[in-house]
Amino acid sequence: MTAVDGTTTARGRRGPRAAPFVRLVRTEARLFLREPMAVLWALVFPPVLLVILGCVPSFRERSADLHGLRVIDLYVPIMVIFVVAMTAVNVLPATITSYREKGILRRLSTTPLPPSRLLLAQVVLNVVLETLVLVLVVAVGRIGFGVALPKQPVAYAIVFACAVLALLALGMVIAAVSPNAKVGNALGMILFFPLMFFAGLWLPVAAMPAVLRRIAEYTPVGAATQALGQAAAGDWPNPVHLLVLVGYAVVFSLVAIRFFRWE
Amino acid sequence: MPVIEVRGLHKRYGEKVAVADVSFAVERGEIFGILGPNGAGKTTTVECVAGLRAPDGGGIDVLGLDPRRERDELRRVLGVQLQESALPDKITVTEALELYASFHPDPADWRALVERLGLGDRLRAQYRRLSGGQKQRLSVALALIGKPRIAVLDELTTGLDPQARHDIWDLIEEIRAGGVTVLLVTHFMAEAERLCDRVAVIDAGRVAALDTPAALTSTVDSEQRITFRPSRPVDDAVLAALPDVTAVTRTRGGDELLVTGTGNVLASVVGALASAGIVAEHLRVEQASLDDAYLALTHRGEGEQR
Repeated sequence: MTAVDGTTTARGRRGPRAAPFVRLVRTEARLFLREPMAVLWALVFPPVLLVILGCVPSFRERSADLHGLRVIDLYVPIMVIFVVAMTAVNVLPATITSYREKGILRRLSTTPLPPSRLLLAQVVLNVVLETLVLVLVVAVGRIGFGVALPKQPVAYAIVFACAVLALLALGMVIAAVSPNAKVGNALGMILFFPLMFFAGLWLPVAAMPAVLRRIAEYTPVGAATQALGQAAAGDWPNPVHLLVLVGYAVVFSLVAIRFFRWE
Repeated sequence: MPVIEVRGLHKRYGEKVAVADVSFAVERGEIFGILGPNGAGKTTTVECVAGLRAPDGGGIDVLGLDPRRERDELRRVLGVQLQESALPDKITVTEALELYASFHPDPADWRALVERLGLGDRLRAQYRRLSGGQKQRLSVALALIGKPRIAVLDELTTGLDPQARHDIWDLIEEIRAGGVTVLLVTHFMAEAERLCDRVAVIDAGRVAALDTPAALTSTVDSEQRITFRPSRPVDDAVLAALPDVTAVTRTRGGDELLVTGTGNVLASVVGALASAGIVAEHLRVEQASLDDAYLALTHRGEGEQR
């Protein structure tokens, strides 16, 4: 009842001022852009790496081993997942644990805005950033190296959304269980490398030995890159991949909610 | 009618009792101090008042609201500055103020607020570039930006230099002059003495005393301490026999005398010395202060005293 009253008052008085949540997202975006390392890794590095890989002549040759695709074709979804994992597993938990450590969540809980809105603002910011880089990477692939645009754009978008949810939920688990920002950072980094391995950053999943490929396809990142590849090629992705992603999203979310501490 | 009423507050964390039994009432427009040693339960008490923690027993009433059940209403009338609450390193003063102003339905004009707080020339500075005093003043600004009727300020001046501390004190007096009731948590006696209309001394989770600083001081006021170096050796027994003298002790290797007593003890001692032709060098007279009252009430620091 009290919550209802609160919303009506806020709505009734909404004048020229921006809604608090919009302002919060905008402020968080500005703060992100002031962190040169985060911007470099999340926004600049993925397209640049794609360009470097595209400059290797053999990566632009069709290969029978890869079902007639080129290595560069496989790297577009890998770069997409790279940025999702980078922001969700490294940047997001580091930010949230530092907000908890500095008492920013506590300070918010004394204002009319619930501190959960700050977490939501971070999630929104991450989704926006990741989508931005998705567009950037796909565009660089298309313009620079003739990588075909996704032939099943709807399926591609659905897979992308599921992957984002699964990895953001994983990031929230890290933020929930880390007692401080240092542990949060370390956990993010430790998880990031195996995630990138199974995403196929060093060896595309399609080129992995059968056993490894099996394992990879049951990780959120492996399932995501495979499903993105299928959607790009024009097929509806294997439902198992989507189930894997949704399953991780649900489980990680529940764990994060269960263990999250505001102070 | 009090604006804050705390009755028999009890709060424990697991086995550890943080607040055993605390009751007090804060009247409209006063600066009410909560004083006590570290770990006495001060912060837990104000966190319960601010609705951040659920009490395990007792009742709290803030402007007729229950801080737990009516948190949303409470947050619109209560401005809180918490201990060890920072801001993101790279947020600017303006951004922080605009952001926190947007959370409130009818915020104060933050430009006027920062001018009053002396932050007018730091608007574009990032939080990490502010001095300790500036950070605290910004924190106070954020607590006041929703035009609260009550401001809860926890350990505002800890870690600040004396100048910054005095600036914050002036600020709190201005806040009160603006009609805001202030609940101030501190462990500085001078702060309580200078600012507070009334003080609750909390020790080990209980209210050890509650009164004006002057009244608290007067409970130990009867004793005066006179220290001096006699120009010639003097017999302690002669001084101890004087009327109003309660004790004579020697300090600093026996060169200095400390005479404690009541009433006209100073006149007795100086008179006796003068008639013996002895001059009292480096003469100091100390009356009990809030410090002494506090120490007497909290039974702490006896070892390091005197």
